[in-house]
Amino acid sequence: MTEPLLCELSAPGRRGVRFPQPDVPLAELPRNLRRERLPMPELSEVDVVRHFTRLSKLNYCIDEGMYPLGSCTMKYNPKINEETARLPGFANLHPLQPIETVQGALILMYELQEMLKEIGGFAGVTLQPAAGAQGELTGVLIIRAYHKSRGDLQRTKILIPDSAHGTNPATSAMSGMQVVEIPSDARGNVDLNALRQHCDNTLAGLMLTNPNTLGLFDENVLEAARLVHEAGGLMYGDGANLNALMGIVRPGDLGIDVMHFNLHKTFSTPHGGGGPGSGPVGVAAHLVDFLPAPIVDIIEEGDEETAPLYGFVTPSKTIGKVKSFMGQFGMMVRAYTYIRMHGPDGLRAVSEAAVLNANYLLSKLRHHYHLPYDRICMHEFVLEGVWPDVPEVHALDIAKRMMDYGLHPPTNYFPLIVHEALMIEPTETESKQSLDNFANVLIKIAEEAHTQPELLKSAPHITPVGRLDEVKAAKELVLCCGVDALEAQPA
Amino acid sequence: MNIPSDLKYTPNDEWIRVEGNTGVVGITDFAQDQLSDIVYVEIVVSVGDMVNKGDACATLESVKAAADVYMPVSGKIIAINEALPDTPEVVNSDPYGNAWMVKVEMSNPGELNDLLDAAAYEKHVQEKSG
Repeated sequence: MTEPLLCELSAPGRRGVRFPQPDVPLAELPRNLRRERLPMPELSEVDVVRHFTRLSKLNYCIDEGMYPLGSCTMKYNPKINEETARLPGFANLHPLQPIETVQGALILMYELQEMLKEIGGFAGVTLQPAAGAQGELTGVLIIRAYHKSRGDLQRTKILIPDSAHGTNPATSAMSGMQVVEIPSDARGNVDLNALRQHCDNTLAGLMLTNPNTLGLFDENVLEAARLVHEAGGLMYGDGANLNALMGIVRPGDLGIDVMHFNLHKTFSTPHGGGGPGSGPVGVAAHLVDFLPAPIVDIIEEGDEETAPLYGFVTPSKTIGKVKSFMGQFGMMVRAYTYIRMHGPDGLRAVSEAAVLNANYLLSKLRHHYHLPYDRICMHEFVLEGVWPDVPEVHALDIAKRMMDYGLHPPTNYFPLIVHEALMIEPTETESKQSLDNFANVLIKIAEEAHTQPELLKSAPHITPVGRLDEVKAAKELVLCCGVDALEAQPA
Repeated sequence: MNIPSDLKYTPNDEWIRVEGNTGVVGITDFAQDQLSDIVYVEIVVSVGDMVNKGDACATLESVKAAADVYMPVSGKIIAINEALPDTPEVVNSDPYGNAWMVKVEMSNPGELNDLLDAAAYEKHVQEKSG
């Protein structure tokens, strides 16, 4: 490693901050709660600043270059989002302030709920869930509560296509549901014959991602929704791929009863280490009463002289709270900013450009890499990172070699239904030059795979560390590296 | 690709070796090759459990993916491979031998007729690999 750990940089007695004398009486902790030694690194301010600055130079981020992680929608996050989120009236709020003093924040949340309802085609929205997976959990708990409220206690089966994100079965299992996998058909859609076999009175719902993780619009979505609804089940929509649909089609209009949005994907709030996620959930009219509490609403109508009063309301059959306070408010400000900056036509243009960029890239790469599901794609596509004539080269080798060209690799080995998958999502924020550069690198790597495969097998060559031993990393976790050295230091 | 002729197979890449009324269950050479380096094995059933065909009996994790192992037949679990979670790499090196996962006393041996023989499984694997 080129940068030592904080523990290794530590020098006894060095410090960055001297606390002032307390201006309140000292309170001693009880002896049984105290410990004699606390092995923490001892560093000055400049030690710490330089350490993290050096680390940040080793990092790769969306502000540096294209980040084509399929299914993650790593679009550029406009800097104006940061401006608005830092406005003192938003940034300095306390969640327990009286509502009369936070009307601006509540209006923003209310309007964001309304915007997400319009974009998704839903009757109600909660902003509480802190990430996509928590949004899924919220959605499945709502589905469970809905069936329970109708006395349909035997509805415990959730159907999940084999192309789904791993969070879908995890969420369902965590909700006490039985998970049944549904295969994909030859065009990558949900296999309707397999679906039909499971549409009975034990069906709780189907979790559908559309476009799916192959980057394909599920052509069977209307028929799938009809079958599920006729059997008494509900349709869960995984909104991970909403970036392909905004302003073009509303999931609610396709028969989706409940769906999570990823503010950190579609609506340009930072993610991937850059900030917390945010996974609001939208529901159709028959599920509004089950939403987590509280949601923001107008609690006193205004008139010509007084503005309406915004506050919190509790849905009548709520599943309860899923997050402390109101969720990730800073992300709501950023997403609100993004939506207002684009407007309805702008959001549609975002989705159109995301789809156009993906298809442009696909058209450049399809003669060099095998495309297992050969269709016009939506916002992303999945190639096979393997060639029959050089079987020793794998998707992982291609991904590692890309780093030598200064590119972030795409998602690999997902979705599971594609052999040696390379899942590429350029997003709408890449220019033609950026896309051309990416395509040229991948084409060059395909040539290298055939002429100098060892270049790929031993990649990356120019990064601070070379090929990582993933098996060792998974089997021999060392989470406290360096602490031993501190323990050994004299007290 | 090693596909022993004396075993029965599922389309989901499990094998079962029949010894009288007992079945020994594991995953195939093809499955371990697809998963790549296995780093974690958890047997999710206990001795004495009654299991149905299609129930999960183990969970595997490789550096690439996680996968469940499903029972090829119904019956009562009479043994589990307790050494395997400590040596997950054996699934890669010896999938048909020391990497057996559970032994089951079959309650409905007729279910064996639904499984694939080696030739049918080989054909299945070829189709899957395209």
